[in-house]
Amino acid sequence: MTDVSQPNSAGTPQSSLHRLDARTKRRNAAESRFKFYGIVAILIGLLMLVTLLYTILSKGTGAFSQTFVTMQVELLESKLDKSGTRDLEKIKKVTTFGYAPLIKGAFEKSVLEHGIDTDLKTKDMAKILSKSAASQLRGYVIANPDKIGETIEFRFLANSRVDGYLKGRVSRESIANDKNITAAQLDFVDQLIAAGVLEKTFNIDFIIGADASDQRPEAAGIGVAMVGSLFMMLVVLALALPIGVAASIYLEEFAPKNWITDIIEVNISNLAAVPSIVFGILGLAVFINYMHLPQSAPLVGGLVLTLMTLPTIIISTRAALKAVPPSIRDAALGVGASKMQAVFHHVLPLAAPGILTGTIIGLAQALGETAPLLLIGMIGFIASNMPETIGEGLLSPNSAMPAQIYEWAKRADPAFYERAWGGIIILLIFLISMNTLAVILRRRFERRW
Amino acid sequence: MPLSWLVLIVLALAAAGYFVGRIRVLKLAGGDVRALHSLPVYYGANVALSAAVPALGVLLLWLLIQPSLIENTVSAMIAPEMIPEGSNLNLVMADVRRVADGLYTAVETGAMNMAQVDALQASADVRATLGELGVALGQDVRPEVLAAAKSYLVASGTGNTARMVVVLALSLTGLVLSMIRTKPDYRARNVVERAVLALLMAAASLAILTTVGIVLSMLFETINFFGLHSWKDFFFGTIWAPNFRGDSELSILPLLWGTLYISFIALLVAVPIGLFAAIYLSEYAGPKTRAFAKPLLEILAGIPTIVYGLFALLTVGPMLINLFGQTGALGVNWMSGATSVLTAGVVMGIMLIPFVSSLSDDIINAVPQAMRDGSLGLGATQSETIRQVVIPAALPGIVGAILLAASRAIGETMIVVMGAGAIAKFSLNPFESMTTITTRIVSQLTGDGDFSSPETLVAFALGLTLFVLTLGLNVLALYIVRKYREQYE
Repeated sequence: MTDVSQPNSAGTPQSSLHRLDARTKRRNAAESRFKFYGIVAILIGLLMLVTLLYTILSKGTGAFSQTFVTMQVELLESKLDKSGTRDLEKIKKVTTFGYAPLIKGAFEKSVLEHGIDTDLKTKDMAKILSKSAASQLRGYVIANPDKIGETIEFRFLANSRVDGYLKGRVSRESIANDKNITAAQLDFVDQLIAAGVLEKTFNIDFIIGADASDQRPEAAGIGVAMVGSLFMMLVVLALALPIGVAASIYLEEFAPKNWITDIIEVNISNLAAVPSIVFGILGLAVFINYMHLPQSAPLVGGLVLTLMTLPTIIISTRAALKAVPPSIRDAALGVGASKMQAVFHHVLPLAAPGILTGTIIGLAQALGETAPLLLIGMIGFIASNMPETIGEGLLSPNSAMPAQIYEWAKRADPAFYERAWGGIIILLIFLISMNTLAVILRRRFERRW
Repeated sequence: MPLSWLVLIVLALAAAGYFVGRIRVLKLAGGDVRALHSLPVYYGANVALSAAVPALGVLLLWLLIQPSLIENTVSAMIAPEMIPEGSNLNLVMADVRRVADGLYTAVETGAMNMAQVDALQASADVRATLGELGVALGQDVRPEVLAAAKSYLVASGTGNTARMVVVLALSLTGLVLSMIRTKPDYRARNVVERAVLALLMAAASLAILTTVGIVLSMLFETINFFGLHSWKDFFFGTIWAPNFRGDSELSILPLLWGTLYISFIALLVAVPIGLFAAIYLSEYAGPKTRAFAKPLLEILAGIPTIVYGLFALLTVGPMLINLFGQTGALGVNWMSGATSVLTAGVVMGIMLIPFVSSLSDDIINAVPQAMRDGSLGLGATQSETIRQVVIPAALPGIVGAILLAASRAIGETMIVVMGAGAIAKFSLNPFESMTTITTRIVSQLTGDGDFSSPETLVAFALGLTLFVLTLGLNVLALYIVRKYREQYE
């Protein structure tokens, strides 16, 4: 211990715990820098999340409101039913072109009524309406032929450019090269807004309506695709839950430790990591090319998503079964239950909340999946008909929410982008409520042993 | 009889069997449950299972096998010289199926009876007749197609009748046999439990079946593809130029380059952010920050990829153009289109942050506290402990996590379909648009592909390569992670 009492030789710096030397300062600086990097990393991650959500909300909320023009249309007998017999067959012979004069007339009347001063021809006035206006009128007349001759109030969709003008997407500068609308028509739109004829209101048709052709973005809705997704989820639930639970029970409770079990386990963990598009290829090759199930059908989509979701459900179910303490099994076996009875009567009910949570999370994952649906043909057409029966819902071509969003994102008209973001809001609302439900279930029923 | 009815009848038989079996055994035992070997429910369940399981199993097999049997017999009727120019057997068979479906509807709705169908001649306007029934045919029906369609209809009719008879017979036999066996001393519980175990086992084997299905479905088509296109060109060629008139150059290398480049950029974004986030969360953050930040970061992993795709296409792409484009803020004119390697890479990186952070977080937490205490006790600062003790100890696990993230990135589809572009080339410029394996699979398989041309079949070869690639990465990652876990357990 002689070293301790040795005096400092001259030249070596004095050190004291009260004064930080350069090296300690450097080390402390490194410490706070390192910590700072961590905070920055987390902040970047959260910033991305906020940006993403902000983008979705700011761009998508527009899809939930739509511009409508309210007008009194006189259903002229001279145009619609020249014979005056109200014979439906004859009324049906009048095409949508035959209804155009009525709309022009309605514009003329409402310009007079509200004292709007414009040089626009009625033909150009009518162009601010959606292309669906005439067929909307025709559909009404065919459904109510007795109303011919009366004057009825109609609410027509405005053209997507007019709608974009009200939402700030279209401006007088941006339409310089646009054939579909002129600045004079926008002036007219301003006058109509002032007169209260044209207004932007909540648009329920976006949520419950059908998709529309790429000429009419203002009429497109996600409702039919939502029903398609619903049918797919029913298939996934009906197949993936029982099969997944059965497989987990076998693997967790009964499987002997041998190479077959090992292969199954390795398989399941690998399937969980297989890219989703590979499941799409499988679906295309097996369900469509080999079994000739109908293309674009929610049944096929559901089958593909079932195979994709199974590993998720199996993994969470096994975790739930594993969480049930062995004492429960031992007690059941001790009073004379068979192994099967112990599992089905005691372990499974106790694991049920965990299984349910896992299933909901698996379903949420399946609901948002797009890639396999592209391959089995759930895109590239206009999903316009609501299925009427369960069989039709499963087998007739339909879209699904994510596929519909992709379809809109691919179309040329930027008005569809707003629909795509709006669709994402609806999709995320579904996902968030499913995940919240899962969290609530877990909190409510989870048991700590 | 439609399939759904058949299934319902079998299920009804099973349900009836359950009650009858129960009642019967109780009656045989004179109403005394103690005289039975098993509880009465097991006798019921035994009858129900024997009525339903074999019948439904056979039905399932039948559904799988019958189409290909009929297909083979019918397609043998179409001689190679009957296939028109520019068409092929698959297309002709699709026609045959459509006509057969039409005739089937005609018979179902009562517009025709079987004799009329038999007497139908191609010269008579089959197309118009079916058109009236709402079955649209693309072209007039040729005689050989009509003949094939008729035999298709007859074969599937016979098949369906046979299916119904066999399934119902099996169900009834099962019901009756098990009913005869139902006696008070019959070991019903053991039998039922063995059957249930077999069902559980079957469910578990579905995982193997899926993998086999994936591999086989892609393997067969890949072999077909290599029959039409040289494998050397596929694996070692340098040009991707599909041409639906034939004679295309289909090689995977440019696609693989695009895939790896985009994945690399994604990892360049995700790994530093994810890793530092994981270190902060597990080593520095208090329980409150952790409980707040971790779930929020994990939301990023739960957002569907279509959302990221749209974000890349409509937000990040235009934003990058505003920075690096011709009229951009930096005035460098590096970027000409919104789709680029950088667009897809950055967005994919955002998606992967939670993968890296969650996995690394778990792994860093698994490093024993004693190692940290030892290092801190020797006077190291916390960051020195992390850098020199914790990270080296956790390194294999972190590498595993990064490999898993890489495998995700390689297999990711929607982001690259929407954000990466469609041009296959070798380039180092991240501002150019490039294409990936998954993008090409989607573009070759969507639309009306003809499943005998190499341009469509190449998608299966690409899919198989992708499968093998991601599987390899996953197995490697899991091996590394597992090996590392064992060290500290």
